[in-house]
Amino acid sequence: MTPAAWPCPLPGGTVEEYALAFDSRRLHRLLIVPALLDEANRMRRLTVDVMRRLDNAGIDSFLPDLPGTNESLQPLDLQTPESWIAAMEDAALHFAATHVLAIRGGALVAPAELPAWHYAPVKGAQILRQQIRARIVSAREAGVAETQDGLQQLALSRGIDLSGHRLGPEFVRQLQALVPRTGAQEIPQETLGGGGLWLRAEPDEDRAQADALAAILTIGIKA
Amino acid sequence: MARARGTFNAVSHERHMHSDTDQLLRSILTDVLGLKSGQADAFAADTGLFGHLPELDSMAVAGLLTEMEDRLDIVIEDDEIDGELLESYGSLLAFAEAKRAES
Repeated sequence: MTPAAWPCPLPGGTVEEYALAFDSRRLHRLLIVPALLDEANRMRRLTVDVMRRLDNAGIDSFLPDLPGTNESLQPLDLQTPESWIAAMEDAALHFAATHVLAIRGGALVAPAELPAWHYAPVKGAQILRQQIRARIVSAREAGVAETQDGLQQLALSRGIDLSGHRLGPEFVRQLQALVPRTGAQEIPQETLGGGGLWLRAEPDEDRAQADALAAILTIGIKA
Repeated sequence: MARARGTFNAVSHERHMHSDTDQLLRSILTDVLGLKSGQADAFAADTGLFGHLPELDSMAVAGLLTEMEDRLDIVIEDDEIDGELLESYGSLLAFAEAKRAES
């Protein structure tokens, strides 16, 4: 596993972003679009565990940073889901991906042209509602009363901080309306057994779930 | 998990509904807290949750409530979320059962 740089087109020009890559120039090449925002942390371990298993099964895989996240030098509050879609489409081209796996909210910004799997996809509105709810719970502990409607309004007019992520108003507006892209094969959590790791209060691993997800992908990709 | 079949015995059906909510809530907490299978069976009505379990931070609470909405088929308003609701397993279960009775 090595870090790989790829040229990422953004409205202001092309910038360099990073990806984790298992690249042995093999026939089958899977682009993985990560879970979004707070869930990205809790799903990272499972995601990379799956990549290791795919490598052993003879499949290359690539996990690009979404601009504004992880190793990216770009400010998150200038990104939008639309710019993430364009970025992931270019990453797919750059790495010559043959297939796509999107994890959770990654299904909202995954390339639509390649054969794809969506693992436990989620709507943009649901991500937003839960992030705002977390902020309400946290504010209440501090004795500050915030409401779902009030924060949605604020988010749409001035942007919002949600669990350490500074999102611009345009990001929020687009996210609210986004649903998983069509044409993909859905992998519901039940097929992996156990509870989804994005639910965990703290990041965790689950080797059995990684085995199951990698097996589904390997069979599907090599079919 | 045993589910009530038929409605010929209203009392027994009611009891099963409740134990169903109890079971579902324990399985949600198992997922959120990353407990081993069976560990949540040890939760009693006075088992402390928010404020007692350091891993149950605001994000985890938000996830817990959203998952309760999904699996229990209820809607939780944000102004219903307070310290008391999440104080103990018993208070959370009572809330969930009341919500399911409403819907």
